[in-house]
Amino acid sequence: MSPEVLVECAHISCAYDSAFVVHDVHFTVRKGDFVGIVGPSGSGKTTLLKAVLGAIRPQSGHVTMKPGLRMGYVPQVESVDWNFPVTVLEVMVMTRSKVGRRPRITAEERTAALEVLDRLGLGGLQDRHIRELSGGQQQRVFVARALFHKPELLILDEPTSGVDIRTRHEVLHLLADLHDDGVSIVLTTHDLNGLAAHLPRMVCLNREVIADGAPIDVLTSEVLEQTYGAPMEVLLHEGMPVVLDHGGTDVAKRVGTLL
Amino acid sequence: MISLVGGVFTPFNYQFFTNGIIVATIAGGLCGLLGVFVVLRGMSYIGHGLSHAVFGGAAASAVMGINYFVGAGVWGIISGVLIGRIARRRLIGADAAIGVVTTASFALGLALLNRYGQAQKSIEAVLFGSVLGVKPIDILAVALVTVFTVVLILAFYRALLFATFDPEVAEVSGVRVAWVEALLMAMLSLTILVTMRVIGTLLISAMLVIPASTARMLTNSFARMLWISPLIGAATAGVGMYASYFLDTSASATIILTATAVFISVYALAGIRGRSRIAHVHHV
Repeated sequence: MSPEVLVECAHISCAYDSAFVVHDVHFTVRKGDFVGIVGPSGSGKTTLLKAVLGAIRPQSGHVTMKPGLRMGYVPQVESVDWNFPVTVLEVMVMTRSKVGRRPRITAEERTAALEVLDRLGLGGLQDRHIRELSGGQQQRVFVARALFHKPELLILDEPTSGVDIRTRHEVLHLLADLHDDGVSIVLTTHDLNGLAAHLPRMVCLNREVIADGAPIDVLTSEVLEQTYGAPMEVLLHEGMPVVLDHGGTDVAKRVGTLL
Repeated sequence: MISLVGGVFTPFNYQFFTNGIIVATIAGGLCGLLGVFVVLRGMSYIGHGLSHAVFGGAAASAVMGINYFVGAGVWGIISGVLIGRIARRRLIGADAAIGVVTTASFALGLALLNRYGQAQKSIEAVLFGSVLGVKPIDILAVALVTVFTVVLILAFYRALLFATFDPEVAEVSGVRVAWVEALLMAMLSLTILVTMRVIGTLLISAMLVIPASTARMLTNSFARMLWISPLIGAATAGVGMYASYFLDTSASATIILTATAVFISVYALAGIRGRSRIAHVHHV
């Protein structure tokens, strides 16, 4: 028996100013999923995430959610104003704007927030300003905020965008731990080798779903060329697909850095 | 020449001055409070813009024989909401939205006064206000709006913080961001409405930006900024108003210069602190 369906996008199409960004996409998230959505810029990845979140209404098709589904959303860290005067604890607690409206952080809220921060290795940083944290810590704060409400489904938009290799590893390990703890995860990424290839399920999107399945099945030259519109080669390294970008290789040949 | 004859309490012998200093202090605190949202949203021009928009409403209500508070208030709130909606569509930036809506509103008010009233006199009154001509009803109006604003900010504190810091995630998390923005614009319009006649648009614009910017340099906490900024606003407005009596200078100009002096001092101090912190790091 298949695991329970958390969100089902049934043949949805979304448009901004009459131009379709997502067209006839069928995408299902089940309990226990760990999905990476990949595709070029403007392929509709973030739009699909927003449809899953229920933040935008599709022009056609429909999105069905499990009743009472708790979701956590982590935006791109590049969209965060790091100079905004908030401490880590304030970032955590602001999400409780429905239940707690007043400025005072209650002892119960503080304890709950500190528990999540501890779990994510951010113990003792609660009174720090968000700008004072390292890249990995900043990303984890926003994951912690999303986890504050114990979500069943965690949705992340480009969690490794603009971060260094060490931070990328930290994020990947953190998400794997959360998945092991039973959190279902959907994320978008541009990082085919560093992130997407490590996930159990990948969706290649370019306005429509080009392929959906395990990386070993999805990461093929044909699918990638159809998705990105550029030739790419896929090699197997210790049983894991590795994507080679021919465009990059051509440039390296031209500038003489390839022997 | 500075006149100190009569001692430090002399200004308070005049009721009109006492009224002026009370209203300036409350208005300074109120603008300092709302200024936190204005500065953090990168909408520093909003005070100037909305006061121009309210001027349009005031002119239209004068021509049509409608009560000033009703006409200018409704006009200001509509302008504020309109700015918010245009900016949210992202076809143009918030600064451009403010520019378009408010200058158009100001121009309409000017045209109406050119045609039916005394434009020059009204513009001067709008720019500089009449802080020494304050009546008890003006103090009451500013005090009521201050209480109303404080209550609303306390009641919707987290929604206001969330929608200001991270509108996208706030929306997804169930905060009605458009509603929060409309509330903020309504509070700003109301503030401008009750303070414009007494302290003028120049002072409103300055007090919406300078105290909050100063407070930002003093703290990294939003909650602390929300009480430091109004405190600076109220203190600099009160001190500036008081000093203007002895310096025999314009009250609005002296208040702005006092607030600017505090800003420059904090800026210099923050620079020294920042440099010493860097030096400390290098020595570790």
